[in-house]
Amino acid sequence: MAVKILPRPVRTAAVPARAPRRRRGPGTWLRGGGLSTLVFLLPLLLVFGFFSWGPIIQSVVMSVQETNLVTAAKFVGFDNFIAVFADPLLWTAVRNTLWFALLALLLGYPIPLVAAVLISEVRKRRGLFAALAYLPVVIPPVVAVLLWKFFFDAGPHGVFNTILGAVGLGPAQWLQDADSAMPSLVLEATWAAAGGTMIIYLAALAAVPPELYEAAEIDGASVWRKVWHVTLPNLRNVLLVMFILQIIGTAQVFLEPFLFTGGGPAHATTTVLLLIYDYAFADSLGGDYGKATALSLLLAAVLAVFSAVYFRVTRSWSTS
Amino acid sequence: MRSSVIATVVSCALVLAACGSGGGAGEDEVNGDGKVVLDVAMDAGLEQAAVDAFDTRVAQFEKAHPDVDVRPREYTWTAATFTSQLAGGTIPDVFTVPFTDGRGLIERGQIADVSTLVAKLPYAKSFNPNVAKAGQATDGKQWAVPIAAYAQALHYNRTLFTQAGLDPDDPPSTWDEVRSAARQITARTGQAGYAQMTTDNTGGWVLATVDYSYGGRLETLKGDKATATIDTPELAKVLADVRSMRWDDNSMGANFLYDWAGINQDFAAGRIGMYVSGGGNYGNLVTQNALKPQDYGVTVLPLAGDRDAGVLGGGTLAVVSPKTGEKTRAAAVQWIDFFYMGKLTDSDAAVLNAKTQADSGQPVGTPDLPVLDRATWDAQQKWIAQYVNVPVDQLKPYTSRMFDQPLLPEPPKSTQDVYKILDNVVQTVLTDQNADIPTLLADAQSQAQALLDRG
Repeated sequence: MAVKILPRPVRTAAVPARAPRRRRGPGTWLRGGGLSTLVFLLPLLLVFGFFSWGPIIQSVVMSVQETNLVTAAKFVGFDNFIAVFADPLLWTAVRNTLWFALLALLLGYPIPLVAAVLISEVRKRRGLFAALAYLPVVIPPVVAVLLWKFFFDAGPHGVFNTILGAVGLGPAQWLQDADSAMPSLVLEATWAAAGGTMIIYLAALAAVPPELYEAAEIDGASVWRKVWHVTLPNLRNVLLVMFILQIIGTAQVFLEPFLFTGGGPAHATTTVLLLIYDYAFADSLGGDYGKATALSLLLAAVLAVFSAVYFRVTRSWSTS
Repeated sequence: MRSSVIATVVSCALVLAACGSGGGAGEDEVNGDGKVVLDVAMDAGLEQAAVDAFDTRVAQFEKAHPDVDVRPREYTWTAATFTSQLAGGTIPDVFTVPFTDGRGLIERGQIADVSTLVAKLPYAKSFNPNVAKAGQATDGKQWAVPIAAYAQALHYNRTLFTQAGLDPDDPPSTWDEVRSAARQITARTGQAGYAQMTTDNTGGWVLATVDYSYGGRLETLKGDKATATIDTPELAKVLADVRSMRWDDNSMGANFLYDWAGINQDFAAGRIGMYVSGGGNYGNLVTQNALKPQDYGVTVLPLAGDRDAGVLGGGTLAVVSPKTGEKTRAAAVQWIDFFYMGKLTDSDAAVLNAKTQADSGQPVGTPDLPVLDRATWDAQQKWIAQYVNVPVDQLKPYTSRMFDQPLLPEPPKSTQDVYKILDNVVQTVLTDQNADIPTLLADAQSQAQALLDRG
């Protein structure tokens, strides 16, 4: 039986000319499943448009209006932005927010990483330790704040002050003093959020090839050198992303100052987001929604620019 | 991210509010039986007995007005939540606001004009003129109905007084006596002798109260032009006293960030010896904070010898949401007449209300000032006398002298905003030992004046 041998295609260096693209008409689109795609996409588009983009667009409109949301709105141009910049409290709020961000970075950024590395080194009951570390995240934030209010009681019988008293220190003023109020908020915020970040680091650590550690061990590397030369380089991408997420999160800090101190004492914990809230809701006769949305947009713009610059600067550090 | 969630919620509230905004009358809501639906405010966080008492009153109203379907909705006025509820359209059809907000809400069209319906009420011309003003538009039309009036008072814990070796039947009558009593309470019981509200505009409210008691005022009004009078010797003296109690005597406890709810909680829990608040606070302390009645004492505010010294008054207005339709507004005024005013003006309604309250263990006979004329108030006290269940003897230091004190209205312009500025002042004095009072007052003065100039 004769076998017909087909010539093998020869790969040439020349790039074959691309065939002209066929114009897709509505019929082709329909037959290709376009309609069903749209039908499946529509609920998401509607929900996303209404609940996500709608408020953003509405905020942009309101930032150039004077409105109490009951009577008719009035166009005021950039007056709201000018009023925001003229408010001396803005700079207090910016300073406080930066102070919170810095403290959160110093305290809150390394702790989850250290915890994740330690837990990943544990041989037994790793899940239990991870669950315990994650526990604060599942406690509702308002409940956590109420709990910590007891801890922060500035009297000699407050929980923390009792502990300090046992070693001959305190009583500390915690939330009741302008200097210690913000560090106290950061302490609680770190406790509340560290578990979530730690879980992400643990997941990333699981992806580090074990043979790298084995190789390091054969080379006689200490634990510290393994962390420095193997763990951290492999976590670089995650660390960079978590850093920007933390900066964005801390720039929008609201819950802790709102529930713990209301921005006090003496504006020591008034943050940008709390100021936005105060513009909108502190005046019971109808807040200044225009100023509130104007400052919201300014904050969003600053964070967007910061994120863009950050990713551009750190692009070369990334492993991917 | 929690802050993102808050931002989204705020934005959604704003958008939803914008969707529902509009100045004119809205549409009536009618239920399946053709009855007009009326959402009415009921204090948030009431004990079950108080909720039952409220429901009974609703049933009584619906029996008398079979065309109305009343639906209670939890609502308590706070400066921070009120504006969002109003803008977001989630406020009940009938709700209450403090006197401070009446004029401003009317000027901004944020409540319904029900003055024609109010004018038809049989007692419309009998309102105490000073009280009625808080709910009137500039043309004198009564958009809002005053339902309660009070004078600020000094509340004290009789048990702590006794433990500290003080006589609970002879409470302090001067600010110097308040200071020494506070010192004694702290020294002997370890609790705060005297505490003061400082957040959510209440710091300014209480500071204004004590300032008035020394003869000071926060604003003066000439025609429509308001001038801030914050940087004054009276307010400087008030703050100097506060500083002495905080830093020299250490008799103000360890919490300097109290709001109204927080200070009520701690007082009811026996952690505070004395504090300043509205004279009718007993009801809230019992129904929402489980105060033991035997602990409670109240007396008139100490007034300095100055002839301008007086006691800051205030009160509550019942108002109607601007988003209601004509039928709902009519039902709303009927509800105000029945629920809030009936017990003040009609013997049967007063007795029915008092009996319902007493039967469910709710306080009857908490001190208040006349909303209508004094004769009506005296009559009402007699109608409900047999149901009074509050510790009358413990209230006597206040009730026996509350009519002797000159009653003064709150600052007339931008009241809450001026209070907010003063929150910062009192917080600074309480948390910074080296606070420079003259500088604080000068700054507050210029901020308040700038606010008043903007109008």
